[in-house]
Amino acid sequence: MMAWTASLRRTGACAKLAILIALCAATLFPIALTVTNAFMSEREISHHYGALADSGDTSADKDASAMPTKHVSIRWIPERATLEAFGDVLFNHAKFLTLFWNSVKLTAPIVLGQTVVGTLAAYAFAKLAWPGRDKLFFLYLLTMLMPFQVTLVPNYLVAQKLGMLPSYGAIIWPGVFAAFGVFLMRQFTAGILDVYLEAARIDGAGHFRSFVHIVLPLVKPGMTALMLLAFTDNWNMVEQPLLFIAEPFRQPLSIYLAQIAEGDQGVAFAASVLYMTPMVLLFLYGEDQFVEGIQRSGVKG
Amino acid sequence: MLKLRPHSLRNAASILAFLGPSLAGFLLFYLVPFGAVVYYSFVDTPVRSRFVGFDNYRLLWESASFRKAFGNSLAFAGVSVPILFAVSLALALLLSGALPLRRTFRTVFLLPLVVPVASIALVWQALFHWNGAINGALAEWGLRPTDWMNTRWSFTVMVAVYIWKNVGYNLVLFLAGLANIPVDQREAAAIDGAGPWRRFWSITWPGLAPVSFFAVVMSIVGSFKVFRETYLVAGAYPNDAIYTLQHFMNNSFQNLDYSKLTSAALQLAIVIGAAVYLLFRAERHVREGAEG
Repeated sequence: MMAWTASLRRTGACAKLAILIALCAATLFPIALTVTNAFMSEREISHHYGALADSGDTSADKDASAMPTKHVSIRWIPERATLEAFGDVLFNHAKFLTLFWNSVKLTAPIVLGQTVVGTLAAYAFAKLAWPGRDKLFFLYLLTMLMPFQVTLVPNYLVAQKLGMLPSYGAIIWPGVFAAFGVFLMRQFTAGILDVYLEAARIDGAGHFRSFVHIVLPLVKPGMTALMLLAFTDNWNMVEQPLLFIAEPFRQPLSIYLAQIAEGDQGVAFAASVLYMTPMVLLFLYGEDQFVEGIQRSGVKG
Repeated sequence: MLKLRPHSLRNAASILAFLGPSLAGFLLFYLVPFGAVVYYSFVDTPVRSRFVGFDNYRLLWESASFRKAFGNSLAFAGVSVPILFAVSLALALLLSGALPLRRTFRTVFLLPLVVPVASIALVWQALFHWNGAINGALAEWGLRPTDWMNTRWSFTVMVAVYIWKNVGYNLVLFLAGLANIPVDQREAAAIDGAGPWRRFWSITWPGLAPVSFFAVVMSIVGSFKVFRETYLVAGAYPNDAIYTLQHFMNNSFQNLDYSKLTSAALQLAIVIGAAVYLLFRAERHVREGAEG
């Protein structure tokens, strides 16, 4: 009887593992395909993916008789692994580096600014008492949930008034003040025990000294989490540059990458890999904080 | 919470020092713009600003493309959020408990969240294009190909892409929720003879309630972000089935149709605000019911 239950349990565990491995494979599929195909030669890529360039979607006669003869073929392993495509992107597509740099110039100030502003305000929201505090926080929360397009027009007009439009300011400043930074940092700051702050106050420390010496060291994991989550979101920005940046050479890669692919499939996978690498490395490096950041945002603070 | 002595100027000054930068930016870039949205939605153009009452709203609802976009956005959230919820909860239940490779699984399911959409758009195209790999496989088996991105199928494709991208986020939330449920509660129920099904409904499910509400709110927010994928795979004017409010609003913006855009924005904000309010109310109701 015991042996039977044990073996049943083992079968159950194996089935569980098998399901999970299958789901993992499905999840990894598009990412892994992009990575392995980045090592293909240009000739091999255009051989496998050439069918995409045929404008199939405009063909008028899409009945069964007009079945296309050529399709994309998914190949996992390059015939001959080569770094050719990477070299091509880096040295022959000057635009790639320019746009990569644009992405950095948009993302870095938002991430840093949001962390500084958010950490400061979080202290006021979590550890200081003042009238209207919770109502204001609820307003912050609501704006966090609204899609970018909701305040699009007035944002545009404000940016125009402040003379930010031709620069990245129109995108960076709203990003710096996005409510998400305040929200997440408040969740972390609220977790600090009041006794620490009380003790500091009895020792005669003002808010600034308490903040610098007690709060800051304790919310460091929260700041890391915020930076990772904000980086993820902004490295991936589509809506803002799409509407606020007219010139193609000033776009970030998050929009323009797809157009590189249209013009030159041979380097598209390599460009994709180069673009996702910083994000993936940061994530693997700070996965625990990343996860904690998501979990803390779901906990009532 | 620190008790502040009222009327203390020093305290007011330090509150402002911490809150000030954020509040100034929040007012300038979020609250004032939102007020402006309300105002613009009742005037003819931002420049002439003649009050027109609900004319913009009437015109908006007369526009077939708005009605389509509004319906599509609601349908997308209505279909994709429950599916995402079920899939990620099932995954969290599979992943809870001792399991080899548990951490690796979590890492893998989170990866889509951090990979930029632009880096993967090419694969979606390679799969779902008329000449794509899926139609290639169908042709090989002698089946009819489907024009995935230019028919109603595109809706299904976008739901799948949305789930692929967001499952890790909800998974992490549910795992945290499951970890908060005391193990001995479940064990005690098991000893009392409750089966796995019974244990799930009377212990796990209520224990997950707070996290579930947050997961639903964030999934709704995420369902609007699927615009990124739709735009990068299918462009500014995709198939009717995936023409969402964001497409409509972006296109109105580019056509300088501000009155349509702001009245659409206000309605979207009201719908989202109402959904969030109801969810918070429901959450409190469940929580107090559990306590009382």
